[in-house]
Amino acid sequence: MADTPILLRENQYHQLKAVLAQLRMDSAARVVFLVDKDGQEIAAQGEIANLDTTSLASLAAGNVAATGGMAQLIGEKEFPTLSHEGERESIHISVIGRLLLIVVFDERSTLGLVKLRSRQVSHQLATMIDEITQVTFDNHDSPFSGITDEDIDSLFK
Amino acid sequence: MKTSTVFSNKSAEEVKSLMTFINYASREINCKIVYYGPGLCGKTTNLQHIFEATAPQARGKLISLATETDRTLFFDFMPLELGTVRGFKTRFHLYTVPGQVFYDASRKLILKGVDGVVFVADSQEERMDANVESLYNLEENLQAQGYDLMKLPYVLQLNKRDLPNIVPVADLKAELQRKEEPVVEAVASSGAGVFDTLKAVAKQVLTELRKS
Repeated sequence: MADTPILLRENQYHQLKAVLAQLRMDSAARVVFLVDKDGQEIAAQGEIANLDTTSLASLAAGNVAATGGMAQLIGEKEFPTLSHEGERESIHISVIGRLLLIVVFDERSTLGLVKLRSRQVSHQLATMIDEITQVTFDNHDSPFSGITDEDIDSLFK
Repeated sequence: MKTSTVFSNKSAEEVKSLMTFINYASREINCKIVYYGPGLCGKTTNLQHIFEATAPQARGKLISLATETDRTLFFDFMPLELGTVRGFKTRFHLYTVPGQVFYDASRKLILKGVDGVVFVADSQEERMDANVESLYNLEENLQAQGYDLMKLPYVLQLNKRDLPNIVPVADLKAELQRKEEPVVEAVASSGAGVFDTLKAVAKQVLTELRKS
């Protein structure tokens, strides 16, 4: 089933970022970010300057989609958390409704701490996401309604 | 119908439901384009050409989840920035699916959240059945995700036009064209038709923004 649209206002965006920042501190993580299940990045906090978050978001979504597919084949709805531990860097992913909470951490933290802190904010994030998705659209105008053929053609010159 | 996420400081009444993912906070439009088609038709080659022919600052990494023999295992992915429309950076996320029949579960997953599809057909006579099967599979998998090919931005690319044993364009169109979609002849290995294809699908996706 395709999902309905989400409208995220600027203030909600900053609220989400504040929650991510707190989680990052509490879990001593390098990076914390939220993406949707289609692989689009929504918000990120932490050491993202040298991190290809676009690719990471896409691969994380692919990863969750693949393990979700496996879950269904064995009669599970989905696997709500995924962890990948490397020699120095590790990743923990929690599925929160339509969104994925991704925590990248190194030896300064532990999987146990990240799992605990992620679980603690999951409820808060789920409540925020519920509120966000309950907003319905009443469509009048958008900045894109006036896109002209020339605007589009100019991208390909 | 599909997921759209819209960041806005406007009231809900002022913002439209949009097909693509639009981030008002960073002023970006993100669209997902999927290259579909039978095994070895040239989907990855399309992406490789775009990657090689694009300035490094306009594109991200080309990620290929492939087997040791370079067959696509899960997907290829490349973000591509085309430029600015109405003050918004337009970024296209290009994906390919694995073409081999037995990877169907993966193909279904990659179509989630798609904004536009390119069907890459292999013009060789002996691949005609594979084209038909793959196109049928595309329609079926789109339906499973809640989409209708007839309503989706879509381009038919006839690839490998440089090979000797190819089916005439008219016959390919008769067999594979589903609606009034643009048909582009291509030789992805040399790059011919690759950007025309991308442009044709991107244009439809952006035109959807205006309509939505």
